[in-house]
Amino acid sequence: MEAIINLLSWLFLLSGGLFCITGMIGLIRFPDLFTRLHGASVTDTLGAGFIVIGLILQSGFTLVTAKLIIIMGLILLTSPVATHALAQAALHAGILPKLDNDETGGHIAGEDE
Amino acid sequence: MIYFFSAVVVTYLFWIILSGHYTVVLMIIGAISSISVVIIASRMAAIDREGHPIYLLIRAGWYWPWLIWQIIKSGLNVSRIILSRSLPISPTLINVKANQKTVVGIVTYANSITLTPGTISVEIEDRDITVHAITLEGALDVQSGEMDRMVVKFEGLSSA
Repeated sequence: MEAIINLLSWLFLLSGGLFCITGMIGLIRFPDLFTRLHGASVTDTLGAGFIVIGLILQSGFTLVTAKLIIIMGLILLTSPVATHALAQAALHAGILPKLDNDETGGHIAGEDE
Repeated sequence: MIYFFSAVVVTYLFWIILSGHYTVVLMIIGAISSISVVIIASRMAAIDREGHPIYLLIRAGWYWPWLIWQIIKSGLNVSRIILSRSLPISPTLINVKANQKTVVGIVTYANSITLTPGTISVEIEDRDITVHAITLEGALDVQSGEMDRMVVKFEGLSSA
C-alpha cells in the first residue's frame, strides 16, 4: 500500500513538473503578451495542481493536507484575478493582441462606441 | 447576523488548521482574534451576502469538480498546442453575454473563464465579457454558453 501511494505521488509530482516546463516553453514560443498568458495559465492550474496532489498523497490524513488544500484554493482564487488584471492593464495601455479572428465587431466591452 | 456567525466559525477553523496546537491558551487567543477580525470586517461592511458567500459552499460541491474537469481538458489541449511543432494557434477576441443575476455570479463566471487555460476574460462591462482565446475552437466553446449555464445554476435562483 505504501509503495502504491508513493508511486502515485511521484507520478503526480513528475507530471506537475512536466506541466510547469510545458507552460514555460509556451511562455517562450507564443508570439505576444495575450497568448503568453495562456501558456502561463497551464503552469498556474495543471502544474501547481498536480504538484499539490502529489504532496497531499505524501502527507496523508494530517493537518499538512488541510494546509495544502488551502494553498491550492488560494492559487485557484488569485491566479485568474492576476491574469485578468495583467490582460486588462495591457489592453488599456494600448497593447493590441495579434489576432487571427476578431469576432468582437470592433467593440471591446468597457469602451465607448 | 447569520453571516457574522458563519464568518467567525470560518475564521476560527482557519486559525485551528494553521496553528495545529490545541492548548487552552491558544484556543482562547484564536477565538478572541477571529471575533475581533470579523467585527472589524463588518464595520467595513464586508460581511454580507456578497462579501461572505457561504451559501455557495453546498453548490460548490458539484461546480468545482466540473470546473476542475474543464481545466484538465483544456489544459491538456493547450499543452498539446505548445508542444506541437507547427504551433497551431488562431488567437481570437470575442464578446460573450453573462446571464448571471448577481455580481458574485458574474465574477465567478469571468474567473472561471480565465482559470481554464486557453481563454482569458480581458474586459468586463455590465453583462458583456470580452474573451481572448488561443484558438477559434476555444472561443466558440465559450460562446456556446455551457459554462455560462453552469454558473447560473451554481449561483442558484434564490438570488433576488
